[in-house]
Amino acid sequence: MRKYTPKDNVQKKSYYTDRYWVAPRVPQTEVEAGSHFADVVKALGRKAKESYVSVGQLVIHIKSTDNFDVMKTLKEECGYTQCSEQSAVDYLAQDGEFELFWQLLNITEAKRVRVVTRIKEKEAIESIEPLFRSANFAEREMFDMFGIKVNNHPFLKRILMPDDWEGHPLLKTYPLHGDEFASWYEVDKIFGKEYRDVIGPENRDPARIDRYDTKRFSRVGYEVPFGADISEGEKEQPIEYSETILVDYNKNSSKQLDERR
Amino acid sequence: MQQPNKLTPFFENLNFERDDNTMVINFGPQHPSAHGQLRLVLELDGEQVVKAYPDIGYLHRGIEKMAENMTYNEFLPTTDRLDYIASTSNNYAYALAVEKLLGIEAPRRAQVIRTMLLELNRVISHLFFIATHALDVGAMSVFLYAFREREYAMDLMEEYCGARLTHSSVRIGGVPLDLPKDWIINMISFCDKVDHELEHTYNALLQENRIWKMRLEDVGVISAEDALSWGCTGPMLRGSGVNWDIRKEEPYELYGELDFDIPVSNRCDSYGRYRLYMEEMKQSTRILRQLVPMYKESDPQLMAHAPQYISAPKEEIMTQNYALMQHFVLVTQGMRPPKGEVYVPTESPKGELGFYIKSEGEPYAYRLKCRAPSFFHTGLLQEILVGTYIADVVTIIGSTNIVFGEVDR
Repeated sequence: MRKYTPKDNVQKKSYYTDRYWVAPRVPQTEVEAGSHFADVVKALGRKAKESYVSVGQLVIHIKSTDNFDVMKTLKEECGYTQCSEQSAVDYLAQDGEFELFWQLLNITEAKRVRVVTRIKEKEAIESIEPLFRSANFAEREMFDMFGIKVNNHPFLKRILMPDDWEGHPLLKTYPLHGDEFASWYEVDKIFGKEYRDVIGPENRDPARIDRYDTKRFSRVGYEVPFGADISEGEKEQPIEYSETILVDYNKNSSKQLDERR
Repeated sequence: MQQPNKLTPFFENLNFERDDNTMVINFGPQHPSAHGQLRLVLELDGEQVVKAYPDIGYLHRGIEKMAENMTYNEFLPTTDRLDYIASTSNNYAYALAVEKLLGIEAPRRAQVIRTMLLELNRVISHLFFIATHALDVGAMSVFLYAFREREYAMDLMEEYCGARLTHSSVRIGGVPLDLPKDWIINMISFCDKVDHELEHTYNALLQENRIWKMRLEDVGVISAEDALSWGCTGPMLRGSGVNWDIRKEEPYELYGELDFDIPVSNRCDSYGRYRLYMEEMKQSTRILRQLVPMYKESDPQLMAHAPQYISAPKEEIMTQNYALMQHFVLVTQGMRPPKGEVYVPTESPKGELGFYIKSEGEPYAYRLKCRAPSFFHTGLLQEILVGTYIADVVTIIGSTNIVFGEVDR
């Protein structure tokens, strides 16, 4: 029977898992009354669906449609003037959702808050670029890597991948060695699709192993006994030596050994 | 006009001349002053920049994707390739994030060694900054002097871990090796050397240099609001008058016990930032000197004791059966940290370098996000380049101190 490989998550998986093993959790504590974090939760009111402190940072779960209002409150009332980071986590295979997070920093209190929300696969999220300009690049990266649309972003365009790229690389469904489009990208772009057959996968692939290439350790991992016939019926091609070496390596001055010394 | 054909394609659909008399020029991605693979598309009105569009991604290697497919220990050498000027700061930021996830702490001696390496890397990175920044602006000799001192620092790194650029000198849970014999003596003489050279060479060459001041003063002005809003950290933020250093405000490792100052500049321009880098090097040597007695007082243990996550010391693996079994499982399967997520910020030489790790209890991270300071500093370019002159563009890029290993990841 063929081994089952799930199509919705093609990432590397552990080859062995103890079925009785239950992973512990990173400790989460309740927000202490009277602390700075308690004031933050209070300022957000009912918009904070769930809040706890984890590894010294406040984590707030919100509704995805509230994200702009929540950020505005955090920036203007709670003093969170910098958005350090934002991105997404792919939970499409499990729940059909993305988890989005924003990491905010309050410089006067030296406190950090992580705002977390979830959106469905085709849903868009409101841009927080008017509040934090750093979101300009961060949201573009999120769009590029996950395909999450951001409403009212001034310039939502791919940032790391080329503009005409297909697929979003950080999705769990994206193959590890790239898909067919990725492997033919340069050939398609420079020569056109019809040249795929002319060039062929062996010339496209820079990791190709040439059996006659003795200069670049091409037989590493494919060793054969000394003197074995490796030609498989192909004609042998002469070994080329670099012309930059000053020694004259012509046939007369050198001798190929036919047995080991 | 270029005639595109199949072999010489015309990728960029840019009009280089427009009716309204602005010109679009393409800066990079192979420009020597672009500090790597930065492509800037600049719209110019005369010599003034009207619009700037930083185009990145030419060094994208998918490091975050690789992190999802490697065990935690496997991924550590990959972090060298983020900010390759100061690799240990990346190794450390990643190791610290994983340690926070596991809930373990490195032993005292490992902390001392890590702090030493971090500060040494800060000096290496800052020397590189001074050198290349001066070279961009046109001061060739500073480059030669600064690279000489950087070589000495890299010799120290090589003596410790065997590598000069991609160090991988930190492990999750501690450090792999103790300091070699005489390393501390060499390190102290290096500190003396740097202090001396800072005062007598770089300062003498640059600080009151008329050309240097003309090229840097009031160039690349960033207001404090802009710097915060655009996500600037490190010297870019402190150069705008905001006193924020993670080493001081959210101390990690030994920074809580050390005595050092955080220089802040209110000038908001490139010259202020240059002064900050010079001052920070002095503070780094000050920290390095303080660490020497701390090292001598510490116990020789180098790796944290957490058998579930971290292999036992070599002697135990070789002598005790159970330690060998655990080591085998950790090497073949990788450690399985608790479920949950952490975001751990550290102050790298460039700014706030943070790792967000989401773990589902598997040996592979479910999601790893690297918050790289240079990424946000590159984003800022589209704001601060507007209105400047084309000759200042190179100064401003140099002053942001971006490294493309961590911009594109």
